[in-house]
Parts: sequence; C-alpha cells; structure tokens
Amino acid sequence: MRRALGRLARNRAALAALVVLALVTLACLVGPLLTGHDPGRIYPDLVRTAPSLQAHPRPEAIAPALERLAFRMRVTAEDIRVADGQLHLTLSAPNPINERVLSYLPRSDLFGPVTILSREAGGRRLLVAAPVRRLVFPLGTDGLGRDLLSRSLVAGRVSLLIGLVATGVALLIGVTYGAVAGYAGGRVDAVMMRFVDVLYALPFVFFVIMLLVFFRAGLGLILIAIGAVEWLDMARITRAQTLALRHRDFVRAAEALGLSAAAILRRHIVPNTLGPVTVAATLLVPRVILLESFLSFLGLGVQEPATSWGALIAEGARAIESAPWMLAAPAGFLVATLVALNLLGDGLAEALDPRLSADR
Amino acid sequence: MIGFVLRRLLQAIPTLFAVVTVSFFLIRLAPGGPFDLERPLPPAAMANLARVYGLDQPLGVQYLRYLGALLTGDFGPSFSFRDLTVGDLFARGLPVSMTLGALALALALVLGIGLGALAAFRRGSALDRLVGLSAGLTLAMPTFVVAPLLQIVFGLSLRWLPVGAWENGAPANLVLPVITLALPQVGALARLTRAALAEVLAAQPVRTQRAMGLPPHRIARHALRGALLPVVAILGPTAASLLTGSVVVETIFGLPGIGRYFVDGALNRDYTLVMGTVVLVALFVIVLNLAADLLSGFLDPRLRAAR
Repeated sequence: MRRALGRLARNRAALAALVVLALVTLACLVGPLLTGHDPGRIYPDLVRTAPSLQAHPRPEAIAPALERLAFRMRVTAEDIRVADGQLHLTLSAPNPINERVLSYLPRSDLFGPVTILSREAGGRRLLVAAPVRRLVFPLGTDGLGRDLLSRSLVAGRVSLLIGLVATGVALLIGVTYGAVAGYAGGRVDAVMMRFVDVLYALPFVFFVIMLLVFFRAGLGLILIAIGAVEWLDMARITRAQTLALRHRDFVRAAEALGLSAAAILRRHIVPNTLGPVTVAATLLVPRVILLESFLSFLGLGVQEPATSWGALIAEGARAIESAPWMLAAPAGFLVATLVALNLLGDGLAEALDPRLSADR
Repeated sequence: MIGFVLRRLLQAIPTLFAVVTVSFFLIRLAPGGPFDLERPLPPAAMANLARVYGLDQPLGVQYLRYLGALLTGDFGPSFSFRDLTVGDLFARGLPVSMTLGALALALALVLGIGLGALAAFRRGSALDRLVGLSAGLTLAMPTFVVAPLLQIVFGLSLRWLPVGAWENGAPANLVLPVITLALPQVGALARLTRAALAEVLAAQPVRTQRAMGLPPHRIARHALRGALLPVVAILGPTAASLLTGSVVVETIFGLPGIGRYFVDGALNRDYTLVMGTVVLVALFVIVLNLAADLLSGFLDPRLRAAR
C-alpha cells in the first residue's frame, strides 16, 4: 500500500489532478463567502455583464443609469460629478421633492445610501451625495443579474455532493452484492450475476428520466436513482475479486475458526477488494457528476433556487449567442473537475497495478 | 451458432417483459395524468377521453390489453399527439435517430480505433500523448457543452453549417449532430484500443513474429485482430450511450428523433409514447449486445468453443 502511494506521488499528472480537485473543492466550500456576492442576489441593473476584473458601475455607465433613475423619481439630475468613489449631483423638480424617492438610488445596486447635503428653492432642488458601489464580477453575471462565480461555486457544492453520495450509494449496493455473490458461489452466484446481466441490458437512463419526470425531481430521488443505476460495475468487480480471494488460506483459516459468513465478508474479503474498488469508485465519481448534469440539463435534476453545474450549463447553452460566458464559467469548472477525477483514477489504477504502467 | 442466437433471443424475452411491466406500473403510480390541463376539462369530457383510451378499465385489464397489443407490434395511440399512434411517431422518428446513431457509430469506430492504434504503434511519442490528452478531454466534455460550442463556432461565427433542424437529413444539417454524438465515444474507443493493442504488442506471439522477420504491417494486422476484442465487447454499451446521447443532441439541434419524442412524451405524461420508447430502446440494446457477442465470437475462436 505504501509502495502504491509512493508510485502515485511520482505520477505528476495524478498529483496535479489531486491539487486541482483540492482547489475546486476548497473554492466551492469557502469561495461563496469570499466573492462578496450572495449567490441568489439579483442585480437587475447588471444583467448579463461580461466577465471583467474592473468594478461596476463603469464611469461611463453612471450618467445613463442616473438618467433612467431620475425619470422614475420624476426629477432632473444635473451637475453629476464622481470623485473618490463619491457621487455628487443636484436633483431638481417643478414641485418640492418627496425625499423618500431618494431610496431609488441605493435600490439600484449602483449607489450606496444617500446623504442630503443641502435643500434649496423650498425643497425643489436637492444637493445630494452617495457612495458609488464597487461590484466586481470576475466571471460575469447571468440572465437575472446574479454573480456567476458565486453561483458556479455553490453549484459545485451540489455537483460534488451528488458525485460523492451517489458513488457511495453505488459502492454500498455493488460491493455488498458482489461480495455476497462471489462468496456464496455456485447457483446463488449464477442467479445473482444473471440478474446483473439482465439489468445491464436495460436502458437505465431512460428509466431515471421517467422516474424524475413522474415523481417530481428532488435531491434525494436523484441520488437514489443514480446510485441504483451505477452499482452494476461495482458488483462485477467485487465479485471477481471475491472469487479470487475465496480459496486463499486466510479465508480458509477464518472458516476453520468458525467465523460467520458475514464476519468473513466484512473482515477478510471486503477489505482485500478495496484496491480495484477504489479505482472504480474514483472513476465513477466523474460519471455520476456527468449523469447528474445531464439530467439537470434536461431540466429534470436539481431545481431552482438550488443549482448544479449541469443546470447552469443548461442556462448558458440557451444564452450562448448573447452571453457565452454563462456557458464558459460552469462548463470550465465541470470539465476541469471531470478531467482531474479521470486522471486521478487512472493514476490510482497504475499505482495499484504497476503492470499497467510498465508497458506504457 | 443458430442455436446460440435463438437461445440469446429467448433470454431477452424475460428482460423485455420486465421492462414493460416495471415501466407500465411506474408510470401509473405517478401522480398526474395525460389529460390534466391548466383548466380542468368537464368531468363528462374526462370520462369520454378515459373511455376512448381505455383508461376507465381496471389497471390489470389495461396492462394485459397493452401487453397483448404489444405482441402484435401495436404500441397503441399516442396521448399527446392526437390522431397519431406511437407506431406513426416511431416511423417518423426512427429514421432520424437511426441515421444519426449509425453515422456517429461509424465515425467513432473509424476515428477511435484509428487514433488508438496510431498511439499504440508510436508509444511514447508526441502523437501518443496528444491522443491520450484529447481522449481524456472528450471523455470529460459533456455533449451539452460540445454542442453549443460547435454551434457557435461553425454555425454562428463561421457560418459554414446550419445550427439545427433536420431538413430531411441534408448532409450539412447532419455534420454537427453526428460529431457531437460521436466525440465522447471516440475518446473512449481510442483509449481502449491503445491499451489493448499495447498489451498485445508486448505479448509473446508478436515477439515471435518480429523474431521471424515478419514485415511490420503484417504484424500490425495480427495484433489489431487480437486487440479489437475488448473494443467489440464494449460495442453494446457504446451503442446504448449513443442512444442516451441522442436525447441531448436531438434536443439541442432540434431534430425530430426518438430521443426528442421520449422527453416530450415524458413531460406530457404520454403513457404509451414513453413506454413504447423504453421498450424500443431496450430491444435495441439487447439486439446490439447480441451482435457484439457474435462479432467477438467471430474474432476469437476461443469464445466460440466456450458456448
């Protein structure tokens, strides 16, 4: 085992993959707290802004935005000056201005709370100041004006969670089933594996789609559905391993000592199948994430307001002409994660079975 | 040989039976019906509709009726496409999906096996690494990311190809969907071929052939035959994933194939259409698995003896 870890440590691609995965996971876990935007916060004035490190609102966008606001406030805005992030302007109207309309300014996402510097002409002219907000959207905003970076990271939580938990479900079912079949042997084994063969021939994804459509998609159902589909490979691998282990001396010895079948499976068989099973599980995680995003893409997976990479990609694909970054951001995260997981799985397989790498 | 085929077809019957039964009762368990509209129909109209489609009968009777009709090849009337039977819809959609699937499979086989073999023969070269890298990437790029990318590059900016629609299968309309559908399979097949071929090339027979001075292309031919076995073995699952992929591809490119009908049917609670599609797809997967098994028996005499 230690030698296998050593071999893994020398595999540069697998190490890079591990680093990428750690970074993505960390970013998804703590990132949404650091982006400065709540992932659900809607900025109606900043819909579909392109990715950029410069702060919004842009200087040239301030005057037109103020004009729109002034129209809604039924005032005219004059003497617009911006200095040191502070906006100074004069509002005037034919009648005394109701000061409550000033709340339009902070409500527009672009400016902070307003202070009235002075009132002139019996309240018909107001000199006001307000801080200009500095909003940065490194990956742009989506069709509702939500920060894509925050949303991609929150979506990543869901995608990664589904990847891990559904793989866990598949692992639990598959390893138990395969170990029991392999250890029982004979007719029981034949019947159990014949059942797996039958299931292999089923168009399972179509079943999953049917389930999700008819029974209202929910996170729990998605997890169960995906886990229930993907355990077949795991069962086959575990069974093959178990068959090889069954007649080894240490299993015989355990049998001679009178251990129950369950105890032998738990303490002697399953721990020894862990190598290949780990590899299969590592390679299963990206498949599960892909399957979930496929379902979410069809609108059957994670439902609003929750989101996953697949759901974000679906939104992006619909807006690809006007806002290509809406596809790029979640797709980048998804593809990077999947590539890294595949590389890590291959690296693990090589580390546990050096014959694979010997002839490379 | 014929006995083997017959036995396998007989084994498929319980599978198909299970598919029909499970999907029939799953659909009926689900809340909501095919005629639930935003504004509910008057009860009399609902009763009439139910009578026409046989939905007023007990569930067991409906099930037996459906099973009986299915045996005669009748998939029943579609609930959402009025005046059309599910058979009519398949007659329209199958040619579309079959064309897509067959072309994508052919492309994936040629490119995947070709690139994989090239990489294996030139092991350790820059070409090998390039193939490995792009195979890994295509495997991680979901169809629904590739499709919009292709649309934007070749359809919207270069304006070489249409971004969608079927147009009676005009070749220009087929290019992007077929590439999208084939791409992940190209990656999978290339990796598999490379690994299998590398193993065969390192094995005893090839060394003997080299020692005997056989020309490289003759060795390659022998080695490829051995290396194709694992490739043939995954043809069944490959075909199945092409079917799944066609759901996305047909949706994105707006092609009127089986996958589209399935999604639409599911959303509209079109019982018969959904069940028909599931049965049809299951049948396909079974037949393709059988074909793959026959092919591997043809390539490897050892397997024939095992039967």
